[in-house]
Amino acid sequence: MKKNWPLWEVFVRSKNGLEHRHFGSLHAPDADMALKNARDVYTRRSEGVSIWVVESKNIKASNPDENGEMFEPAADKAYRHPTFYELPDDIEHM
Amino acid sequence: MENMKEKEQMKSLEDIFEAKIARDEKIEPKDWMPEKYRKTHIRQISQHAHSEIVGMLPEGNWITRAPSLRRKVALLAKVQDEAGHGLYLYSACETLGISREELYHQLHSGKAKYSSIFNYPTLTWADIGAIGWLVDGAAIINQVPLCSTSFGPYARAMVRVCKEESFHQRQGYEIMMTLCNGTQEQKDMAQDALNRWWWPSLMMLGPTDDESTHTEQSMKWKLKRKTNDELRQQFIDQTVPQADILGLKVPDEDLKYNNETGHYDFGEIDWEEFWQVVKGHGMCNKERISARKNAWDKGEWVRDAAIAYADKQTEKEVKEAV
Amino acid sequence: MTNENLIQYIYGIADNSLILGQRISELCGHGPTLETDIAMTNMALDLLGQTRSYYQYVAELSSKDITEDDVAFLRTEREYKNVLLVEQPNTDFAYIIVRQYFFDVFHFMLLKELENSKNVNFQAIAKKSLKEVSYHKRFSGDWLKRLGDGTEESKQKAQKAVDDLWVYTDELFHMTDHDKKVAEAGYGVDVTIFKTAYYETITALLKEATLNIPDVKYFQKGGKNGIHTEHMGFILSDMQYMQRTYPDMKW
Repeated sequence: MKKNWPLWEVFVRSKNGLEHRHFGSLHAPDADMALKNARDVYTRRSEGVSIWVVESKNIKASNPDENGEMFEPAADKAYRHPTFYELPDDIEHM
Repeated sequence: MENMKEKEQMKSLEDIFEAKIARDEKIEPKDWMPEKYRKTHIRQISQHAHSEIVGMLPEGNWITRAPSLRRKVALLAKVQDEAGHGLYLYSACETLGISREELYHQLHSGKAKYSSIFNYPTLTWADIGAIGWLVDGAAIINQVPLCSTSFGPYARAMVRVCKEESFHQRQGYEIMMTLCNGTQEQKDMAQDALNRWWWPSLMMLGPTDDESTHTEQSMKWKLKRKTNDELRQQFIDQTVPQADILGLKVPDEDLKYNNETGHYDFGEIDWEEFWQVVKGHGMCNKERISARKNAWDKGEWVRDAAIAYADKQTEKEVKEAV
Repeated sequence: MTNENLIQYIYGIADNSLILGQRISELCGHGPTLETDIAMTNMALDLLGQTRSYYQYVAELSSKDITEDDVAFLRTEREYKNVLLVEQPNTDFAYIIVRQYFFDVFHFMLLKELENSKNVNFQAIAKKSLKEVSYHKRFSGDWLKRLGDGTEESKQKAQKAVDDLWVYTDELFHMTDHDKKVAEAGYGVDVTIFKTAYYETITALLKEATLNIPDVKYFQKGGKNGIHTEHMGFILSDMQYMQRTYPDMKW
């Protein structure tokens, strides 16, 4: 039985101080090779200072069909945002 | 009765879907999508990916013979970028639930198409200049609008591709420029390359609008923003003045600036040639596919070895943990 | 130490990078996966970049008005001083990786020493190249482990490549009269000092890769004196094609 190289997701930190961001994916036989391939594929133009790789199958993703229950309940909680609260115009440092 | 209900549900799902695209919202891989959308995207993205990696071959043909070290590293980096672009695009395609291996299989078996222009041979160094200038020029016109296409992974891949590709066309034009500032022999070489690559570049923007089957649907899904004929006109309008600067003559007796329309009128394209090459009768169709297939087949034992090694390492780790 | 000594010494280092860079370039577009293809091309680009730095320095040293390209493309076969190892063909991926690893380990050790050269040009080139070559060494070493300890087929292929290429390793440690003079002046490197370390390193990795160390008594040599294998003529006719067909033109 033939086994193909699995798919990996690549996350790159562009410079210190920034978060790792999803850059794309690639194929590799193992984590070490995935890291090396990621360096060669995604940082050819000095795009990064740190790389994470994770095998795609290990990512648990939310289901868009459940987006209603997942994300909509947050929409009407206006009191979580500073603009919800009324203050006099001339107040400072707040 | 049940069937009717299902159909209605499907219809309303499709309406919601189309409305989302019309609002410029992106479609992401796990979102519901009509089967036709999925299939169309697999076809277009994989064709695009195949074009990138088959496109490596005609230019790769000149890497070992590049005339200076500076040209050699620039060409290497360019062809390598094309491998990268193929990789980004295959990855985007894979999010639609098809594997890279399956896509390769479609390419190797002749089932999948790729840009026909890569079935023409690169005969002289000037061809490398002409490809960068004309073929990448035409490709950019095709690709820039795709940065805002509706399918998220495709759009993101295209943003990266377009950013990286900006040096490709300049690289080609600089080669042409150097030749045109050189000896008579070099100028002739440049003119000959333009003569051979001009018409295939125009064909690269696709069949005429009345021959093109997918345009309306593609417009709706933002796989296309302009028709093939509009893109072709845009390409000609921007390229002819560039040829003038080089002092080269575009090989079209009917080419003439039209003061009324503000565009160049141009001659008849040999569509018979285009369709013959698409059908596999270009000079290099067989060679290109066999080169790709060969690389893949010869690499099989290498890929297998790496997987076997990885499996052994995992086994070792498990044993050590026990 | 004369200027000519120094120029010949540079050829001995830079021609290795040029010819190996050229060999790897042949593979662009033909690798076992896109990922590997891209990685190998990065190595070719590193090597060709190093070559340019060395040749630019040669052009500076030369009494004639020449450029890096004259140095790269307009010498005759006997004037190239690369070792035989780097001109060996891309027979299969095992040969490519073994050739690379055998060279990378040497290259790394050489640059480590060259970094301490009294010559500022060498210092600078070595410092920059070391980072690149550390990565090459890791890449080729990691692959060699995978080929050796992968499948039965890959093991056989890797062993064959090791057996065939081992005979070219000894030459890495030969020193021409030019090399000796430049080393004595504190500019060049006495490569014999890390010969033992070299064989220890590659032997250890071959063992880890479950491969056998070839039992070889007689080694090939010649490249450092410009006596090459028959492959070299074809590499040059390909590489020099444009310069030879259209002399004295700018590209």
